[in-house]
Order: sequence, then C-alpha cells, then structure tokens
Amino acid sequence: MTETVTTVTTEEDEGETRRDFLLIATSAVGAVGAALAAWPFIDTMNPAADTLALASTEVDLSAIEEGQAITVVWRGKPVFIRKRTVAEIESAEKTNVADLPDPEEDAKRVQKPEWLIMVGICTHLGCIPLGQKAGDPRGEFGGWFCPCHGSHYDTSGRIRKGPAPNNLAVPPYKFVDDESIKIG
Amino acid sequence: MTKPNWAARAVKGTVDWIDYRLPVFTFVNHHLVEYPTPRNLNYWWNFGSLAGIVLVIMIATGIFLAMNYTPHVDFAFASVERIMRDVNYGWLMRYVHMNGGSMFFLLVYIHLFRGLYYGSYKAPREILWIIGVFLIFAMMGTAFVGYVLPWGQMSFWAATVITSMFSAIPLVGESIVNWLWGGFAVGNPTLNRFFSLHYLLPFVIFGLVFIHLWALHTHKSSNPLGVEVKDEQDTIPFHPYYTIKDTFGFGVMMVFYMAVVFFAPDMFGETINYVKANPMQTPPHIVPEWYFLPFYAILRAISFDVWFIPAKLIGVVLMGGAVGILIFMPWLDRSPVRSARFRPIYKQFFWIFLLDCLILGYVGAKPPEGALIAIGQAATFYYFFHFIVIVPLVSVLEKPRSLPASISAAVTKAPAKGAS
Amino acid sequence: MRKFILATFAISLLGAFSLLGMGSALASGDTPKPPSHKWSFSGPFGSFERPALKRGFQVYSEVCSSCHGLSLVAYRNLADIGFSKAEIAEISAEAEVEDGPDDEGEMYFRPARASDRFVSPFENDNAARSANGGSLPPDLSLIVKARNGGSDYIFALLTGYREEAPEGFEMNEDMYYNEYFPGHQIAMLPPLDDEAVEYEDGTKPTLTQHAEDVTVFLAWAASPELEARKRLGIKVLVFLLVLTGMLFALKRQIWAKLH
Repeated sequence: MTETVTTVTTEEDEGETRRDFLLIATSAVGAVGAALAAWPFIDTMNPAADTLALASTEVDLSAIEEGQAITVVWRGKPVFIRKRTVAEIESAEKTNVADLPDPEEDAKRVQKPEWLIMVGICTHLGCIPLGQKAGDPRGEFGGWFCPCHGSHYDTSGRIRKGPAPNNLAVPPYKFVDDESIKIG
Repeated sequence: MTKPNWAARAVKGTVDWIDYRLPVFTFVNHHLVEYPTPRNLNYWWNFGSLAGIVLVIMIATGIFLAMNYTPHVDFAFASVERIMRDVNYGWLMRYVHMNGGSMFFLLVYIHLFRGLYYGSYKAPREILWIIGVFLIFAMMGTAFVGYVLPWGQMSFWAATVITSMFSAIPLVGESIVNWLWGGFAVGNPTLNRFFSLHYLLPFVIFGLVFIHLWALHTHKSSNPLGVEVKDEQDTIPFHPYYTIKDTFGFGVMMVFYMAVVFFAPDMFGETINYVKANPMQTPPHIVPEWYFLPFYAILRAISFDVWFIPAKLIGVVLMGGAVGILIFMPWLDRSPVRSARFRPIYKQFFWIFLLDCLILGYVGAKPPEGALIAIGQAATFYYFFHFIVIVPLVSVLEKPRSLPASISAAVTKAPAKGAS
Repeated sequence: MRKFILATFAISLLGAFSLLGMGSALASGDTPKPPSHKWSFSGPFGSFERPALKRGFQVYSEVCSSCHGLSLVAYRNLADIGFSKAEIAEISAEAEVEDGPDDEGEMYFRPARASDRFVSPFENDNAARSANGGSLPPDLSLIVKARNGGSDYIFALLTGYREEAPEGFEMNEDMYYNEYFPGHQIAMLPPLDDEAVEYEDGTKPTLTQHAEDVTVFLAWAASPELEARKRLGIKVLVFLLVLTGMLFALKRQIWAKLH
C-alpha cells in the first residue's frame, strides 16, 4: 500500500465515481467477452456435423417375417425391430395398464401394431436384453429378458418384473413407405 | 456502494481461513498486488505477460484440437480437415492455434530484443535470462514437432530435412536419426511420437515459465533507464497500475491476433501444406515457418567443409549456436551501464544486429542461389561477429552517457514524458 | 509515446518487407503472377454468391469430376449452396459407394447418401495415373488454398491456355502451353471452352464465365467456413476495439493519479 493518504475532496469524489463507472463498465464488457470466448470451446465438444449427419438410419423391413426380429444399429445403439405375431399383439393390448410398473398403453408404443421398434438397452443399467434370436430366453412375459439383473419385458417391451424402472425406449421413427422406416 | 458489514466479515473470514492453511491470498497480494514495480516501465515491458497469455491460449486450443485429431499417417490430414469442416468452431480452434504459434514467436522475439536493448540480462538477472533462452529452445522444439502433425507436404519434408541433420553427428549420427524416426524414414512411428512430444513440451514450457517468473520476482523488473530501484519513490504497486496496463496491452494484441485469425488466417503459412504428405515427391521449395527462417539461413550458409569437419555438421552446430550464444550475453557484455539509452555506440549496433536478423530471415525464405548465397554467409558471419567481437569490444571501449541519479529523479525531472 | 509509435511503425515496415520476401515466390523464374481478379468473397465483408456456386458446381460435376475428386466435401454440404434435401439425395444417388461386408462377408456397392463424401473418379492414385498417361489429376477439395495465388491462380490457369506456344519455346509431347502454370507446360488439356456447360439458370456460357464460376465453387469447397468466419470476425473485432478503447481510457484514468 504505497498510496499516500490525501484528504477526500468533492473533486476526488467525483473522480472516484467516474473511475468507478468506467471500471465497472469495462469489467462488465470484459466479463461478457470472456463468456463469449468460452462458448466456442464448449460447443466444439458437441456432436460434429458429420456425426449429426449419421443421426438417422433407414431400415428395409421387407425381409422380416412374422415372429422374426432383427437388430440394427442407430446412433451407436442396438435397436430391436420385431414383426409381432397376432398372439403377441393381443397379449400386449389386453394387459391391464394400471398393474404395470411403468404404465403405458401398447397403442402408444407402436405406429403399426405388428411392428415393434425399440432401443435394445435395458433401462436398469444398460445391458442388452436377450430375446432377439430364436432360442433366447424370453422371460416370463414372452418378450425379452435381461440376464444382468433379471428384468423381464413383455411383448410390448414393457417392464414387468425385475429392477428396471422403465419400459424399453421407443426411438423416433417414421414409415418412409410400407416396407421401410427411418429411425431418428 | 459499500458492502453490508456482515458480508464483508464473511468474505474476510473465508479468506483468512483458506489463507492460514494455503496462503494463496497472501501470495497473490505479494506477487501481483503490492509487488513494487519500477514506475517508468514502457510498453516494451508488456511483451512478457502477452507471451504468457498466448501460451495459455495455445494450450487451451491445443487440448480441444487433440479431442478430434488422429496422429496416424492415414488419418491425420483428413482429421484436421474434419476439424475445419465438421467440428463446431473447429476452424476457429485450428486457426487460433495455428496463428498463435506465430504470435507466440513474434511476442517472444520482441521480448528478447527488449532484453538485448535494455541490458535486462545483466547481473543479477543472468539466470532469468538463461531460463529465457531455454524457453526459446523449448518453444522451437514444440513448434517443430507441432508443424508435422497436419501431415501436409511441408510437414513431412521439413521433418525429413531437419531430422536428417542429426546424421551430421560423427559416428552415432545415423543411429540417432533412426532412433528419432522410429524407422528408416519419417513415417507413422515418427508422427505418433511427435504428437506425444507436442502435447508434453508445452507443459515443460509452463514449468520453465514458472521458474522464469520466480527468478524475475527475486530481483524484480529492470527498467528502461537500467538504473536499479533505490527506494519506494522509484516504484509503484503492480496493481492497479500494471494490471490495467497489461490488460490494455492484451486488448491491443488481441485486435491484431484476431484480425489475422478471422481475415488472413493463412497469411503466415505455406500453401503447399494443404497438400497431403507424399513421401515420393519433394516440393520445389522447402521452407520452415517464418520464425525459423533466420536459423535456416544460418544452417544453409555453411556450404564448405572446414578441415575434416563436414559442412553439414558445422551448419547444425552454428544453427544451435545462434540461439545458444545468447546464454553468454551477460558475460560478453562487459559494460557497467545496462540500458542502450545511455550507450550511443551499442545502440547503433543493436539496430544493425536487428537488420542482420531480418536479412537472414529474407535469405532463409529464398532458394540458396546467386547473390543470396554470399549475402547469407556474410549475414551469418556478422551474426556471430556481433556477439563475439562487437558486443565485448563496444562494452569496453564505449563512453556511456551519464546515468540519472535514480528512477524517481529521472521521472520528476521530465514530468511530461514519465511513464505512459 | 511518440517513440513507441515510431518504433512500432519502423518494425512493422521491416516486418512487412520480410514477410513479402518470405512468401514463396509467386512467380518462379519467368512464370507471371496471376492477375488480381475481383471476387465476391474477398475482403472482410466477402461472401459467396449462391447462383455462382450453383453454376460452378454444375461445371465441376459435368466437366471436372471425370478426373478430379472432391473427397473432403460431403454431399450434405451442398445445402450451403442452396440445394434442397431432395436435390442432394438425387445428386448423391448418381454415385456409388463401397459398403459392407454383408451377411455373406462380401463387400458391395450402394448409391451414395447425403452423409457420404464425394466419390472420387478413381479408386486410388495409381489408377488415376494409369488412366491419365502417368499424370495425377489432384483432388480439388483444397486446391484454392494449396496453390500460391489462390483463386486468382486457378482462374488464370483455366483461362491461361494458348493455342500456340510462343516463338522459340520447346513443348514436350502431349503437353499443353499455359501462361500461368509453373514451367508453362501442363498435362491437362484445356478443360473449358465457350460451350462446355449449358447453365440451368440460363446464364450465357463462355469460357470466362465457366472459369469464374468453377473457381468460386472451388473456393467454397476449400473454405466452406468463410462466410461464418468473416461475419464472426467483424463482431469480434468491433467488440475488441470497443473493449480495448475502454481499457485505454481506464488505464489513463488510473495512471493520472501518478502525475
């Protein structure tokens, strides 16, 4: 503190206020600049244009028969596509929704009842449930069974028993025509 | 606008609690706030802090670039182009980093020449100066390996030419080169390890900067008069005077830097580096980045063997020696007077030396033909002549002007000039 | 202060001189420097004219793409030029991309999608050379940045072919005389003439028009970020000038205490 002490005069007061204003204004502008400068660094970590371009996947459904399922990759994740049998659709529609741990109507989970499309990642801790291949255990509800901690999913992919809190997620998709869909 | 009493006490309480356990606040107060600094520093004293800021910018942009760069010969060039085209603000990261290298050298060269003019290297700041020379070596290493990473034609061929230089070392030269390359030519192992080194060296620079500042704070800054601080009248607290002056200097630097980044981002570069590396085709002219040109000229100047020592080896030694000789300035310069302001003869030779460096830079940019060969050799000779002959002789023979009694005496004598 | 300004000026002059000398020779030997051409994208406020980009793309796809790749540009980037998603799907579908392996382990070809990069006319450099008498037609994605003189050079090259080499100039076999190509002998035959491409937007086709349009397109291909960069640059510079001005005022104010 090498500043010398002087008696405070009104002139000095005015000077102080002016200096304060300039200081505050400059600091404010500087702070805004720092925030604006930080944004590109943060945004650089967001998905790049080429990653976003791969955000959709088109799938041809024509080769899938009733009772068959395929797994495709969408955004790096497995997606289960199953052409459900009449029995499977009926059992899904007839379930009492109120009894479900994650109540959801089957009609809300499909656009066409025979096509069940969902992200094949267990909503518990992220394992991939079994049930896509013939011979896989399907669990007690005829759908999918997660071997990691024993979650059972029904023919609509809804959680029925086990630690998973939510039904298997349905990704955004639309029918490009009767035989193919675009996911994402 | 006064803070309410309880808030002020809470802040002070927290500060004291932390400071008692880890004296960060005392440290900052001692080194950045109260720190007595000569009152007469001019703007040539801004360049150290500017270089430090650019170092931080380089590390920050470098880290984010490294998130998207692939150090493999088949993917490096394309990964850089992906950064330019697909990564959000990737082009900005790349251009800031690329031009930051040039900014860093520009600022450090000015900082260095400030030291040469004002005698900043003289006792008791010799170690401060020598750490500075080490910093330049570290910067040159960083820049060299960094330039290879985009894997353009110049990246590859500059790497080949400069690493091949080490074969000039007698007996072990070839083995050293193959050891550097990780193979029999510059290739994937080379690129991969250069990436690792490029990530490492800036942190070595960071450490050296810390030691550099430690040495600086031991005897504090010199000043344009070269007259040591005698008492409190000669100094002012670093804050607010030099904090605001350094911040203003930062603003000016950013205007220039950002003008280049946004409107002439390829100005300092070589167009041929936008062509992917081709080990089977040498570009017509191999040139390093501008900040290496004087040293490149010195390297090429020695085109003749001396006795049994091959020309190539002499060139390499002189190139390294051109930086290394700076270490000896405190002992080559025997003048009792620090600042060139009071050394009318030395001052002239300082400017001639600067001109010589610019000539060397020009020669380095051109192919070595015609008159340029002789000019390059003369300029190289003069470069070392300046340090080995001129500096010692002038320092001993010159009659310096009389120094002011003290900093405050000089300042109060000419109030209009003062520290601006 | 005055000394500082003088010194900075002197050093910048010296520096500018050195920089001028340091750039690789724009004219090596007797190859003339390409004349400066006015481009809409030069200068701090530059931008690409969309119609010129579209015409330039047409020239590239109808003339240049038979030999020159554009492999760093993706079909989806054509949205910047003004093509719709449907148009891009059509354009990309004309090219085939290798994909696979399929369930039998075989590689197969499929039409290119918007997310794919432009398909090159040749599998690799050796195939390109063998189809072009040993010469390698360079990929054009970065050609404007990869040549001294940039767009001026590309335009000058395309319009720089001469029917006959000047008196006394010895031409090698199968080479063409070009004013601006280093060494004056280029292996590429003149790719453009006054009727090379019939423009979809009805612009009168001439050699100069074709050359100009394709150069604009290639400048965009090399620097697709140009417009965003200059726009942001203006904002950043204005901001910095204001902030630096305020910092200067604050500095004077704080230092006034000392005098």
